[in-house]
Amino acid sequence: MIANAWLIPGLPLAAFLMNVSFGRRWLGRWTGTIATAAVGVSAIIAIGIFFEVRAGALRTVVPLYNFMTVGDFHIDVAALIDPLSTAMLLVVTIVSFFIHVYAIGYMAHDRGFWRFFSWFPLFVFAMLILVMADNYLVMFVGWEGVGLCSYLLIGFWFERPEPAGAAKKAFVMNRIGDWGFMVGMITTFLVFGSMNFVDVFDRVARNPPAQGVLSLICLAFFLGATGKSAQLPLYSWLPDAMEGPTPVSALIHAATMVTAGVYLVARSTPLFDAAGPVLAGVAGVGALTAIFAATIALVQFDIKRVMAYSTVSQLGYMFLALGVGAPIAAMFHLITHAFFKALLFLGSGSVIHGVGDVQDMRRMGGLRSKMPLTYWTMVIAGGALAALPPLAGFWSKDEILGSAFKNGYPILWVVGVFTGGLTAFYITRAIWLTFHGVPRDRHLFDHAHESPRVMTVPLLVLAAGSILVGFIGFPPDNGFIHSFIRPAVETGTGSAAVEAGTNWLEFLTFAAISTAVGILGILLGLSMYSRGRPDPAAVSRAAGPYYDVLVNKYYVDELYDRRFVDVAKAFAGAAWAFDIHIIDGLVNRLGWAIKLSGGGLRRAQTGIVGNYALSIVGGLLLILIVYGGYATGWLHR
Amino acid sequence: MTVPLGAFIAVSAVLFFLGAAGVLVRRNAVVILMCVELMLNASNLALVAFSRRAGQLGAGNPLDQRGSVFVVFVFVIAAAEVAVGLAIILAAYRNRPTVNVDELHQMKG
Repeated sequence: MIANAWLIPGLPLAAFLMNVSFGRRWLGRWTGTIATAAVGVSAIIAIGIFFEVRAGALRTVVPLYNFMTVGDFHIDVAALIDPLSTAMLLVVTIVSFFIHVYAIGYMAHDRGFWRFFSWFPLFVFAMLILVMADNYLVMFVGWEGVGLCSYLLIGFWFERPEPAGAAKKAFVMNRIGDWGFMVGMITTFLVFGSMNFVDVFDRVARNPPAQGVLSLICLAFFLGATGKSAQLPLYSWLPDAMEGPTPVSALIHAATMVTAGVYLVARSTPLFDAAGPVLAGVAGVGALTAIFAATIALVQFDIKRVMAYSTVSQLGYMFLALGVGAPIAAMFHLITHAFFKALLFLGSGSVIHGVGDVQDMRRMGGLRSKMPLTYWTMVIAGGALAALPPLAGFWSKDEILGSAFKNGYPILWVVGVFTGGLTAFYITRAIWLTFHGVPRDRHLFDHAHESPRVMTVPLLVLAAGSILVGFIGFPPDNGFIHSFIRPAVETGTGSAAVEAGTNWLEFLTFAAISTAVGILGILLGLSMYSRGRPDPAAVSRAAGPYYDVLVNKYYVDELYDRRFVDVAKAFAGAAWAFDIHIIDGLVNRLGWAIKLSGGGLRRAQTGIVGNYALSIVGGLLLILIVYGGYATGWLHR
Repeated sequence: MTVPLGAFIAVSAVLFFLGAAGVLVRRNAVVILMCVELMLNASNLALVAFSRRAGQLGAGNPLDQRGSVFVVFVFVIAAAEVAVGLAIILAAYRNRPTVNVDELHQMKG
C-alpha cells in the first residue's frame, strides 16, 4: 500500500484535470461526484497506509521521479511516509472527503458548481504534496499550491468586490510568509548542502552548525508558518478569507491549509530543538495570538468571523504546544481541531444555507427548532472547542496546557487557561445568539429550514469524530497518538522524548482547573445572553473604549493600511511614474527624435533629377578639392 | 610625333565638364543621357591615355596596355545604362507625355 502512496495526491489531481477540462460543457453536476469519489478513494488508501505504518513501517521514502540533479545535489519528488505525515494524510483526506460531500449540497445552486469542484480537488492535491514531500523544495511546491487554491477559492465569487479583495489580501500576506519559507529553505541548503528532511536532521544531530545560523533558519521557517497559519503578525487575512464559500472556510481555513505551518514546525522539530531560544519565541507568539484572537471573537456578530478568530486562536494553541516542546500535543490538537472546527464551520454553513445567505447573528435566534440536527452537532463541536470532557478538544488542549506548565512556562499556562475561558464564552454566545432566544427576524425565521441530508450526514460524521477522536490521546501523555507519532519527532535532545507514562494526579489537577475556567465561561455566556444578567448591551456600554477596540479588531487592519499598504502603494506609484516617464519616456523621445530628423531629411528628396545630379557633381568637386588639396600640400593632415 | 599626356588629360577634362554641365542644365531626359555618355567617354579617354603611359614607363613590353581593359568594362556598363535609362524614359513618357525632367517629380519624398 505504501508503494502506491502517490495515488493519494494523484487521484485528486486527476479529478481536477477532468473537471477543469470537461466540467463546464459536459460533466456539469457530475463534477461534484467525481471530485468526492477521488478524495474518498485517496482516504481509503491513506487508511491502508496508516495500518502499514502502525505495523512498523516507520520511515519509507517513495520516490516518484528525479526533479533535478546539479552536481552532487539531488532533488527527488519523493514521498516521506512516516507517522507524522501519515497522521496528516489521514486528517486531510478524511476531513476533505466529508467536506466534499457537504459541498455538493451547499454549492448545489451555484452557477460555478463545476469551477468549485475543479479548485477543490486541486487544493487537496497541493495539500497532500505539502504533507507527503520528503524535502523542503517539494514541500514548498505544495505550500505555494495551497496558497494559490486558497486565493482562487476565497475569490470564488469574484464578481463582488469583497471576495476579490479578500483573496488578494490573503495572497499578498501569504507571500510575506512564503518569503520567510524561501529564506529558510535556501539557508538550509547553504548550511547543510541538502534540502532533504532526513539528511538535514541527520546532519543537525551529528554536526550542528552555529547557533546563530540555526536560529536564522528556524526564524525564517517560523515566519513562513505565521503567514500560512495566520499567527501574529500575519493573521489578518484569515478573518477576511470568510468571504469564500463556507466549505472552503471549513476545509482550507480551519481543517487543513492553516495547519500547514504547524506541520512545518512539527516536521522541523529537530531543527527547532537544536535552535533553542527560537522555540520560546514560537510559544510566546502562539500564546499571544491565542488570547488576542479570542478577545476579538468575543464581540463579533458575523457567525463565520467568530469561527475565523476562533481558528486563529486555536492555531495559537498549537504553536504554543510546539514552542513548549510538545510537538505531539500540537499534532494531537491539530487533528481534533480539524474535526470540531470543520464541524463548526459546516454547521455555520448549514445555518447560513438554511436562512438564505445571512451571516449576521443579530438577525437569527431561535433556530433550534427549525434545524435540530445542525443545532445538536454545533453544540457537540462547541463543547469540543470549549474543551469540555470527554469531547475531543478537552484531551488535546489539556495536554498542551499541561505541557506548557510542566516544561517551565507557567505564565503561558495562565494565558492559555484564561483564553480557554474566553473560548468557552464566545462559542456559548455564538450558539445562543443563533439557536436560542426569540427569533429577531420574523421573516428569516419563517423561511428557515433544515439542510438536505447530503449536508447533515457529514455533520453527523464529524460530530462523531469530535466526540471520539480525543480518545486516540487516552490515557493522557501515553495514548495511541503518543506512541504513534513519537518516533517521528523524537530527537534525543528535545523534551518530546521525555514524556512517558501518565501522572494521573497531575493530569486531573490541570484538567480540573481548565475545565472549571471553561465552565465558568459557559455559565457567564448563558447568564448574559439567556437572562441578561449582566445585560450584554450594558456590559459593552460600560466597557466603552475597550469594547470599541475589540469591535474594531484592535485597529490592526487600519494600522497595516497606514503603515504598510499605503507605503507599498506610494512605492508602487513611484515605480509606475518612473516606468512611464523615464523608461517609456526614453523610448518615446528616441522615436520622436528619429521621426523629426526623418521629417527634416524628407525635404532633400525633391523628386527633381537635376537636384540629385547637382549634389552628385557637388560631391565630386568636393572630393577633388580635398584630394587635390592634400596632394599639393595646400591642406595638411 | 608624340602627343603629350597632358593634352589627353586636358581634352578628357574638357569633355567631362561639358558632359557634367549638360547633365545639370538640360531639361530633356534624352539629352541628359547623351551627356552622361559624354562623361563616360571622357573618362574612357583618360583611362586609355594613362594605360598607354603606364606601358611606356614600365620595364616590360611597351605594347602592354592592360589598363585599357577598364575601357571595355565602361563600354558594357554604358550600354546597359543607356538601355535601362531609355526604357525608363519611355515608360515615363507613356505615363505622361513628357521627357522634361523638371516635370517628372512624382518621386518627391
